[in-house]
Amino acid sequence: MRHLLRTPAGLAGTTLVGLMVILAIAGPPIWGAEAERIDPAVILQGASAAHPLGTDNLGRDILARVLVAGRLSLVLALLATLIGAIGGIVLGALPSVLPRRAARLVTGTVNALVAFPGLLLAMFTAVVAGLGARGAVLGIGVAIAPGFARLTQTLAASVSGADYVSAARMLGVPRRRIMARHVLPNIAEPLILNLTQALGGALLGLAGMSFLGLGVQPPSFDWGRLLFDGFGRIYSTPAVALGPAVAVALAGIGFNLLGDVLARAASRTAVPAGKAVPRAVSAPGALGEPDPEAVLEVRDLTVTFPGGVTPVRGLSLTVAPGEIVGLVGESGSGKSLTASAIGGLVPYPGEVSAARLRLCGTDLGELPEQERRKLLGTSLAMVFQDPMASLNPALRVGGQLAEVATVHQGASRAEARARAVDRLRHVRIPEPDRRARQHPHELSGGMRQRAVIAMGLMGTPRLIIADEPTTALDVTVQRQILRLLREVTGESGAATLFISHDIAVVGELCHRVVVMYAGRVVEELPVEKLASGAAHPYTRALVASLPDMDTDRSLPLASISGHQPSPAELGPGCAFAARCELATGRCAERPPLIPYGKAHQVACWEAS
Amino acid sequence: MIIKNLTVRFGAFTAVDDVTLEIPAGAIVGLVGESGSGKSTLARAVTGLVPYTGEITGGDPRRIQMVFQDPYASLDPRMTVGASVAEGLRVPRAARQAEVERLLSLVSLPASMAGRYPRELSGGQRQRVAVARALGARPELLVADEITSALDVSVQGSVLNLVRSLREELGLSMLFISHNLAVVRYVSDVVAVMHRGRLVEMGATEEVVGSPRNGYTRSLLEAVPRLRRA
Repeated sequence: MRHLLRTPAGLAGTTLVGLMVILAIAGPPIWGAEAERIDPAVILQGASAAHPLGTDNLGRDILARVLVAGRLSLVLALLATLIGAIGGIVLGALPSVLPRRAARLVTGTVNALVAFPGLLLAMFTAVVAGLGARGAVLGIGVAIAPGFARLTQTLAASVSGADYVSAARMLGVPRRRIMARHVLPNIAEPLILNLTQALGGALLGLAGMSFLGLGVQPPSFDWGRLLFDGFGRIYSTPAVALGPAVAVALAGIGFNLLGDVLARAASRTAVPAGKAVPRAVSAPGALGEPDPEAVLEVRDLTVTFPGGVTPVRGLSLTVAPGEIVGLVGESGSGKSLTASAIGGLVPYPGEVSAARLRLCGTDLGELPEQERRKLLGTSLAMVFQDPMASLNPALRVGGQLAEVATVHQGASRAEARARAVDRLRHVRIPEPDRRARQHPHELSGGMRQRAVIAMGLMGTPRLIIADEPTTALDVTVQRQILRLLREVTGESGAATLFISHDIAVVGELCHRVVVMYAGRVVEELPVEKLASGAAHPYTRALVASLPDMDTDRSLPLASISGHQPSPAELGPGCAFAARCELATGRCAERPPLIPYGKAHQVACWEAS
Repeated sequence: MIIKNLTVRFGAFTAVDDVTLEIPAGAIVGLVGESGSGKSTLARAVTGLVPYTGEITGGDPRRIQMVFQDPYASLDPRMTVGASVAEGLRVPRAARQAEVERLLSLVSLPASMAGRYPRELSGGQRQRVAVARALGARPELLVADEITSALDVSVQGSVLNLVRSLREELGLSMLFISHNLAVVRYVSDVVAVMHRGRLVEMGATEEVVGSPRNGYTRSLLEAVPRLRRA
C-alpha cells in the first residue's frame, strides 16, 4: 500500500479516487436539496459568486448538481463494470471447461466481439435495451465484456499449462473444480487490476452515452447528462459545460492512474538500470603485498544489498595463469554474485566493496570508469549458463563475434570477420564459415556455448569466468565443453574461474576447489583432496551426498538436514552449525579461514 | 504394467517411437536419455497428459501418478500443503485430515506442515509434498520426471532415499526419469536408455552400467563426470 503513495501518479490516482468515493457518499445528503431547488429568478445564468458554475434552464445551481450527480455516475459505472467483468470472466473461462467444439465456438465469438468497435457495440445494445440508464449500463457492460473475456482466456491458458494443474488433472479433479480452485485464484490479481482501469473507462463511456442522449434521462441526471444540457450554451456561458466535463475527466484520470500504478506494483518491474562499481574499502593492515603472479586477486570481497542483506561476505580468491579454480556451492551461496562482482555486473542497488580487486596486476577499484571497462572488455571473458543470454538472437553469430574485434581492437570489418571465423574453427565448430552466417537459434545448445567461448577468445583473455556453463547441456556435450575449456586455458595461459553447483564436474575439471557456503569460503583445497581429504564437514557431506557410478547401492545416501540460511537469516556464528553433526558451543563464534596443511585452508573449529 | 508400442507424434515429428517397456510390480525402472530423447514425452503419455498410440496393459491407467521436475511450479501457490495433498483423496471428509497426516508422515514431513503454504517450504520439502499428493491417489505406478534435478545436491540425497524407501515399504512401482546416470543407477532395478525417441538398451542396472551393449549407452557412461576418476 505504501508504494501506492510513493510516486506522483500513485498519489494523484489514490487522492482522486478517494475524493470521488467521498463525493458519492456525502454529495447527495449535503447538496441534494440545493440541486433540486428551482429558482425562476436566475434561469440560464453564467458563472457568478452565488452560482460558480452558473444555473440551468430551471434556475438550479449547476455546481450542486455536479456534486450530487457524482453518486449516480459512479454507481452506474460500477454496475456497468461489474456486468462487463462478470460476463467477460464467465465467457473467458468457458473454453477451459466446455467440450472442445463448444469451446472453439465461444473462443470464436469472443474473437469476433473483440474485433468489433466497443462504442458501437455499446450504442447498439443500449438502443435495443431501451433508452435510459438501464440501457446505457447494459451497453457499456457489453462493450467491456469482450476485453475481459480475452484477458481471462489468455491468463487461464497460461495457468492451465502449469504443473500443478496437470497434477490435479491426473488426480482426477473435475475441470470445473480445477477452474474454480486452481485457475481463477491464480489469475484474480491481474483481473482485479484490470477492473480498476475498466471502471475509469466505463465512467467515460457512460458520460459519452448520456451526452449522446442515450443514457440517463431527466429528471435523473449524471455528469454526462449535465454536459449534454450545458453543451448548447458552451459559447455563451462556458462554465456550465466545463464543470461536468472536468468532473468526468478527473474521475476518469483518477481511476486510470490508480489502475496503472496497481498494475505496475503487481508486476514488480521496478528494477532501474545501473551497475554497482567496486569500491575500495580502507585496507586493513595485514593485507600484504599484492601477488605479482596472480591474474586475479580478490581480498575481502563483499556484496551488500539495501536492508543489510549481504550475500557475499569477505571473500578472498587468487587465480594464477593457466590455473582452473572451481567455485562450488549450493544455490544461494553467493557464487554467481562473486562472478558478477569481479566482472562489474552486480545489478543496482547492490554494492560491491573489496580490500583488493586486482586483474592482471591493475587494481580495478582505482581505475577510472572508461579504463576499467576497457580492461574488462579486453582481458575478461565471461561464459554463462544460458548461451542465449550472451548472444543476440536477432544478429548473425559471426557478426556478433566480429563486433568484439572492431570495438575493442579497432580491426577493420574484413579482418574482424576473418578472425571470427578463425575463432569459431578454433573451438571446433564444424563449417565455421557457414555457421558464422547463421543466427544463434540455428545452432544447438552446445554449439552456442562454443560460440560464446569463441567470442571470449576474440581478444586475448587473461581471465575466463565460466558461470555454470554446462548446467543446461547434456552430459556428452558437457564433456566436450569441459575439454574445450581445459584446452583454452592451457594454450592461452589464461586463468579460469569455473563456477558450478556440481561438485563432480568441478572435481573433474579444476586444479583447485573453493567451497562457498552462505556467502563465505568455508574451505579451499587442491582437487586431489576433494574426494577423501576434505576437512570441512560441509564439503564432506556434499561429497558423500552425491551419488556417482561407484556409490554403494545398498546403503542410504548421506544427506544434510535443514537448509542453507538466506543472507538475511545469518547470525554471528558458523553458518553451517545448525546442520552440522560436529557443532559445539564454540561454533557460536565464527571460525576464521586458516591454513590446514599444504595449499589447503578451512574455516571450522572442529576440523581434524 | 506393460507399455506396448507406444508412439507420440507432434505433427510430422515423432517424439516417442514405438517404445515397449515393462515395469515389473514393485520395481523401479530408470529411464535415462539426453534432452530431446523423448523421455519426458513418454512420461506425459503414460500419465495421459499427451495423446499417444499404442497401449498400456496390466494396470489401471487411471491409477498412474506423476511427480514433476520443478517443485516450485508443481504446487498451487494459493493452496496450503494440506489442501494440495487432500486433492486426490477418495476418502470421506471426516477421515481426510488423518489421511493427509498419514501421507505427510510417509514422506517424513511433520503433520504441522499441512497448514503451511508452498512458499514457506524449501525445494526438498516441496518435492516431498508433491510425492505425498501423488501417493494420496493410491497409484499403481508413480512416474518421477527429473524430480531431483531442480534440487540442491545437499537435499537430493534425502529425496533419493525417500524414493527407495517408498519402494521398500509400499512396494510401489516406479518409472524414474533422469538425465543423470549416477542418480538412475543408484535408485533403479532396471535401466532403460532412450535416444532420439527410441529405446536403445534395457536391462538390469548392474548389467547396463557394468557392460553396456549399445554404443550410445557407452558414450553416455563415459561422459558421466566422476569425482574419483584416476
